[in-house]
Amino acid sequence: MKFSESWLREWVNPDLDSQALADQFSMAGLEVDDVLPVAEAFSGVVVGHVVSCGPHPDADKLQVTQVDVGSGELLDIVCGAPNCRQGLKVAVATVGAVLPGNFKIKKTKLRGQPSHGMLCSASELGLSDDHEGISELPESAPIGQDYRQYLQLDDQIIDIDLTANRGDCLSIRGLAREMSVLTQQPLQKPDLSPVEVSHQQQVTVDLQAPQACPRYLARVIKGVDLTQQSPVWLTERLRRSGIRSIDPVVDVTNYVLLELGHPLHGFDLAKIEGGIQVRFAKPAETLTLLDGNTVELDDDVLVIADQQKALAMAGIFGGEDSGVSAQTQDILLESAFFSPTAILGKARRFGLHTDASHRYERGVDPQLQYQAMERASALLLSICGGQTGPIVAAEAEQYLPTREQVKLRESRLAQVLGVTIDTNVVSDILTRLGLQPQYAGAEWTCQAPAWRFDIAIEEDLIEEVARIYGYNRIAAEAPAAQLRMTERRESQLPLTALTDNLVHRGYQEAITYSFVDPKHQALLFNETAALSLPNPISVDMSSMRVSLWPGLIGAASYNQKRQQQQIALFESGLRFIADDNADCGVQQQPMLAGLRAGKMFGEHWSDGDRAVDFYDVKGDVEALIAQTADAAQFRFVADQHPALHPGQCAAIYKAGRLVGYVGAIHPQFEKPLGLNGRTFVFEIEQAALLHRPLPEAQTISKQPSMRRDIALVVSTSVAAGEVLAAIENIGVNQLVGLNLFDVYRGQGVADGQQSLALSLTFQHPERSLDEHEVNEAMNTVVKKLESEFQATLRD
Amino acid sequence: MQLVEIVEQASAAIEAADSPAALDQVRVEYLGKKGLLTEQLKSLGKLSAEERPLAGQRINEAKQQVQQRLNQRNEQLKQAQLAEKLAAERIDVSLPGRRQQVGGVHPVQQTIRRIEAFFGDLGFSVKQGPEVEDDFHNFDALNIPAHHPARADHDTFYFTPTTMLRTQTSGVQIRTMEAEQPPLRIISPGRVYRNDYDQTHTPMFHQVEGLMVDKGVTFTQLKGILQDFLTHFFEESLEVRFRPSYFPFTEPSAEVDVRRKDGQWLEILGCGMVHPNVLKAVGIDPEIYTGFAFGMGVERLTMLRYGVNDLRAFFENDLRFLKQFN
Repeated sequence: MKFSESWLREWVNPDLDSQALADQFSMAGLEVDDVLPVAEAFSGVVVGHVVSCGPHPDADKLQVTQVDVGSGELLDIVCGAPNCRQGLKVAVATVGAVLPGNFKIKKTKLRGQPSHGMLCSASELGLSDDHEGISELPESAPIGQDYRQYLQLDDQIIDIDLTANRGDCLSIRGLAREMSVLTQQPLQKPDLSPVEVSHQQQVTVDLQAPQACPRYLARVIKGVDLTQQSPVWLTERLRRSGIRSIDPVVDVTNYVLLELGHPLHGFDLAKIEGGIQVRFAKPAETLTLLDGNTVELDDDVLVIADQQKALAMAGIFGGEDSGVSAQTQDILLESAFFSPTAILGKARRFGLHTDASHRYERGVDPQLQYQAMERASALLLSICGGQTGPIVAAEAEQYLPTREQVKLRESRLAQVLGVTIDTNVVSDILTRLGLQPQYAGAEWTCQAPAWRFDIAIEEDLIEEVARIYGYNRIAAEAPAAQLRMTERRESQLPLTALTDNLVHRGYQEAITYSFVDPKHQALLFNETAALSLPNPISVDMSSMRVSLWPGLIGAASYNQKRQQQQIALFESGLRFIADDNADCGVQQQPMLAGLRAGKMFGEHWSDGDRAVDFYDVKGDVEALIAQTADAAQFRFVADQHPALHPGQCAAIYKAGRLVGYVGAIHPQFEKPLGLNGRTFVFEIEQAALLHRPLPEAQTISKQPSMRRDIALVVSTSVAAGEVLAAIENIGVNQLVGLNLFDVYRGQGVADGQQSLALSLTFQHPERSLDEHEVNEAMNTVVKKLESEFQATLRD
Repeated sequence: MQLVEIVEQASAAIEAADSPAALDQVRVEYLGKKGLLTEQLKSLGKLSAEERPLAGQRINEAKQQVQQRLNQRNEQLKQAQLAEKLAAERIDVSLPGRRQQVGGVHPVQQTIRRIEAFFGDLGFSVKQGPEVEDDFHNFDALNIPAHHPARADHDTFYFTPTTMLRTQTSGVQIRTMEAEQPPLRIISPGRVYRNDYDQTHTPMFHQVEGLMVDKGVTFTQLKGILQDFLTHFFEESLEVRFRPSYFPFTEPSAEVDVRRKDGQWLEILGCGMVHPNVLKAVGIDPEIYTGFAFGMGVERLTMLRYGVNDLRAFFENDLRFLKQFN
């Protein structure tokens, strides 16, 4: 909430400068976001009267004026504003004036005509962005008065960001009350006494929903002149709260809303047929709002209606048809208490958020309706005349909020805060807050004032005491707890162990948004169901990622566009796969993914700078798998994935379960995804990598090992991994090592064939092996491979 | 020839030998089977029995002398050869070493790791939770019922009226309290989401929330632990202030500001004593147990710590930006 400091000071005036005042609010929990001067610095601007105004002899768009600034002689001033005319009261920057931006006004000639000053627009004075001609001041503006003084511009706008619990502070009255509590300065109230009733016309009010609206006051004010302008002091205060002047009725209701925190509404009496009804909307009932939009209401929306139709959405927004206009003669003024529960959520449902709904949702003082009505009546009468009728009150007292007694135990206060505050100090704080404490038996019994909707339980009182006492007067101490060890499972590998491994292998960690471009995602994962955000920041951030790849690809592309040649990125985080059977309709799986593109190593004087290939990234995955000490559980199987190159894609299985993929991004997607060249990626479920079996130690053989090398010729369609797996599966005795050390295709090997060079190492735990045993084992292996893969031994 | 002459001759030949092969030739010439000194021994037979021992001794001494010179020369030659080899193997040690690219942990993650370490030392365990949340864990259980005005402050990304991207990691605290009984000390780091995007807001950011519930947990302790944390996190004693605020799930609630070098206060975290309704909702008796909770924005802490001035840089993943933190 924004407000004028000088307005607040009319209510309470502590001996504090603007900043100290703001700090007081902030340190009491009413956070001041900003303190800004109402107007930028300028001087030498006075109220003037345009005595004559005629065309400039040599310029179409300029006018020559004579302006009275009360100095005894008229000033010749050339003005370019189209709205300049004789008789106007204006803001005149006289010779010697300094305007915002250090703009100095000097005697000058414009197209040959003397000009001894300037007629100012609001924007030239830094008061608004309105460039529409010069400011037009009311006729009552006193000629010659300093303009800053006239508008009381030596003032600050204080902007307070109020928390949702402090609806009672959404007004000058509420803020002043709080400041009065904090500084113990007296509170000055304006005259809120009833205005004289000068006619007896009434409308009936039928409270059909007394729980939602336990009090509705209505008053007819007849014979108003709405062509009158609101006085400058009033519109200036509105302006300083960020509210534009509209007409006297709207201005006055806004003024009272700001001053007392009570929303009011003015209807054009002529548009109301019969009496007022306060009721819930009927099914499919419609209402055209003041902004011109027609909405269909629901039956839990409270409306103000006449005999025929809904007139306004109660406490939220007025209707267009019943609104006041310049032609309005008689108005019906409403001052009502609507229950917060009746208003909560409704404004939001219709995409509305008004100053009224903001206050009703948080709670308006249920005892303020009469005062608000009288204040508004008095202001209206003073601006546009008219006769006030009696206040018609429809009330259901039993539904007005009551304030329960709340107890505060001295022991509980100390239990929560950790310090003991002197009993008298606590009593004093509670008293100042209007909580009427009764102290007996080491506890206070309090009753919150009508305006406090946030005092219902003991903790509410503890907070109030601590807040007014001052958080910074409460000591700080180290927490005490019993020393207990934390579970540290050795078989649980921390994620950081895996990510550190990737870092050591040259990967840079990325953090990408969890929502990605649905177009990119659909390209890569056309078959995976993604969750869409109904209200995204933008369309390209609207689809929840089903894989970490789209984000990493985006980051890779971003870097390639910035001349980065060597890219290795990884990310850990959740992927989201839509699934109606899962909690919240989505599987949320922690994944670990990486991407390499461009050069594998930087250019170096000794080595070539080769490009990244599949085996680099597979090696990275194998390094992660190695950390689990459970590599035998994992298998890489040639597979297809819509995002990946059909010939460079492997599915990763752990104990027969698919846990991830590694491969090259399908070349046809490189361009649409903004990738420059081959890109290799992996993604694997974190769960598959985070478990590490405890080591079970075996005795190390002291016997010599024997190694045999063979070169096998098999078809190129045979996967080497299958050959290795087949050898391991034979289970030949004493085979302790198996390594594929060369793969050869070309001269000496027939087309369509490849030579795989393998080494097999044998070792017995207790004795040395003889030649014969090893040969036997080798024969078994070779026979098996011959039969299973049509392998032949290469000469 | 006299022995002395032979030894002198041999010595000269040894010195002149410039390779192991040449040296070996010299050895054969003097000490070989038919070598000059060996021949001398053969001539002993011509001497009398009285003369023989002395003459034999002299010859042997001469042989030893020659052998010793041979050994010395051999050693010299080997040294020279080694020196030559080493000289040939000399390299330019100023050339850059062969390097693997250096990777690094994302600065936001580095901050999370540091926070985890500080609180881990105090026995806080790290808890994770889902990012697509239900309204019970994101709002209701945190004392933010439907239509509560505080819900509007959250700029929530909803999927349905009851499911959303979590706006805070507090849901993890609820899940922990549902599953475990006090004493509880946890922190929950992770991604959170708000529908807001400008210079100072990104729709996704990271929070670390902390929770301690036990007998005798107080507001003074909340102040103590946070002051302690900020001092250790920034490695300097910053001026800190606790300002009353409002969160539906804590009461009393506070925001914590630190004084920047330019004198301005900067809001850095929110905290408070766990609201009794929150404890009741998870079956913990607030009369017996009290607790404190706090939440901090990781990006903001990281920005302050390392002087980053654009929040959005964290999610652009520009390698040049990220590598500064390696």
